[in-house]
Amino acid sequence: MSQETTSSMPSDTAVQARPSIIVEHVSKQFLLRRAHAFKEAFVGWVRGKDVSSEKFLALDDVSFTIHEGESVALLGFNGSGKSTMLKLISGVMEPDRGSVLVRGRLAGLIEVGAGFHPDLTGRENVYLNAAILGMQKDEIDARYDDIIAFSEVERFIDQEVKHYSSGMFMRLAFSVAIHCELDILLVDEVLSVGDAPFQAKCRAKIEELSREGKTMVIVSHDQDMVRQVCDRGIVIRQGKQVYDGPIEPAIDAMMA
Amino acid sequence: MTTLDLSEFRTPGRGRGILDVFTWRYLLRLLVRKGTQTRYRNSVLGWTWSYVKPAFQFGVFFVVMGLFLGLNRGVDNFAVYLFSGIVVINFFNEGFGNATRSILENGALVQKIYLPRELFPIAAIIVAFVHFVPQAVILLVACVFLGWTPSVSGVLAIALGLVIIAALSLGLGMLFGAINVSFRDAQNVVELIQMLSTWAAPVLYTWQFVRDAVPRWLFDLYMANPLTAAVELFHAGMWFPTSDGKIPHPEHLWTNAFIALGICVVFLVIGQMVFRRFERRFAQEL
Ligand SMILES: Nc1ncnc2c1ncn2[C@@H]1O[C@H](COP(=O)(O)OP(=O)(O)OP(=O)(O)O)[C@@H](O)[C@H]1O
Ligand SMILES: [Mg+2]
Repeated sequence: MSQETTSSMPSDTAVQARPSIIVEHVSKQFLLRRAHAFKEAFVGWVRGKDVSSEKFLALDDVSFTIHEGESVALLGFNGSGKSTMLKLISGVMEPDRGSVLVRGRLAGLIEVGAGFHPDLTGRENVYLNAAILGMQKDEIDARYDDIIAFSEVERFIDQEVKHYSSGMFMRLAFSVAIHCELDILLVDEVLSVGDAPFQAKCRAKIEELSREGKTMVIVSHDQDMVRQVCDRGIVIRQGKQVYDGPIEPAIDAMMA
Repeated sequence: MTTLDLSEFRTPGRGRGILDVFTWRYLLRLLVRKGTQTRYRNSVLGWTWSYVKPAFQFGVFFVVMGLFLGLNRGVDNFAVYLFSGIVVINFFNEGFGNATRSILENGALVQKIYLPRELFPIAAIIVAFVHFVPQAVILLVACVFLGWTPSVSGVLAIALGLVIIAALSLGLGMLFGAINVSFRDAQNVVELIQMLSTWAAPVLYTWQFVRDAVPRWLFDLYMANPLTAAVELFHAGMWFPTSDGKIPHPEHLWTNAFIALGICVVFLVIGQMVFRRFERRFAQEL
């Protein structure tokens, strides 16, 4: 926490909405070829050509500030760096340059059911996943019924999740995440698996969370859903931030 | 222009290392349960296997080594001597191996959700301990049959031996587990160490053979080996009370044990430091 950050914002919003995610001049580089064995790395080093030298800039100097209670869509085509951005915010990866700061409890839903274990039952997975998202036992106990009710899979809850359909799987995973004690929710492309009624329910829930002042960053290729849930869009193209503003123009900017 | 109060903010992805285990103890418990529960899925006898296997192993030692070969090298109750060393080495090998593989095995999680990654090797060591318990029970039953009686120093020796093994396998496990993410060679080095572990400690022979065969400095080094210390502590706690006492404890049993413990702490610190350095790149290297 060495960085001293100053940020300017309109004085009227400063009163109600404090920032909850600050991303400043963030760059992230990946190596296109990696040496997975000492020998490769060593041989490359001896020959003077670094085998792992092909670099690829997945994010290039991205900066934005997201305030409490905002729902922001990260938009862009495949491979533009959206998931990478979410991973930097959630702390799964570290930026090579720049800084990311967050305030409050954060729950990342990067891909469906990352913490699910196929050999455990639905019930066991609910507990495991909620604990992975940082909850303690009593907190999970208190929310357990809500989680199951929202997911609508109670009939199958004592069945091993490897027998679940992908939609059921995602329902349970999503339900766990949104019932967590959280201030910031990161959602990466998970809503597309659910059927229409469940998607509607999810949107309603996201809007409700947003009204409660939760901060949300949503990655989705579903434009209707993004339009309905988010007020602001940040467009990333090949790692560069090309637009940041209201959602409609953002979608146009992405398609342009 | 407002200057922001940054005190409420934190940089995501920075934990406090193994100290985070206390805040995440519920998850740790679930990870351990996951590791132990899924082992005997779809098996009728389930955990009985964990008792049958070591009991069988002990029976083979007893019959083949003791009765057929008469191979006791002047060691009273040679089967117990062997077995009390082997359970220690088994605990080490399983804990060390599991911890090394734990990051790769939980790769999906490491890549997608942030949590203190030290939880995985720690859970691996605890799971190894859970599997050690049935072996210890079999050993204890055998000892009781042969006239073992509990003593304070014996129990302390066993406890210290377990602490040494747990610390050693966690320290080495974090070290090699972290390197293993980028360089899969680490796993092979681990297998070499596992192969060596049985021979580098007085499991199949007694410490006196080493004393008589090698120069003094090498013997001192051998005795400071945490594996030797833990095995000797187990001999002192389990086997010695059942024996005729002809083979004494090594000189400085307890001094060696505390030196070994110090070495384990050094490994723990090194393991944690390397782990933290490599952790930043786990998600992208996997
Ligand atoms: N661990 C990694 N190692 C190397 N390259 C990576 C790694 N992770 C991501 N990349 C590269 O970074 C780029 C951005 O990937 P990212 O997953 O962020 O895209 P995205 O915007 O989420 O795309 P999509 O819409 O398909 O989900 C891609 O070109 C990908 O190949
Ligand atoms: Mg993506």
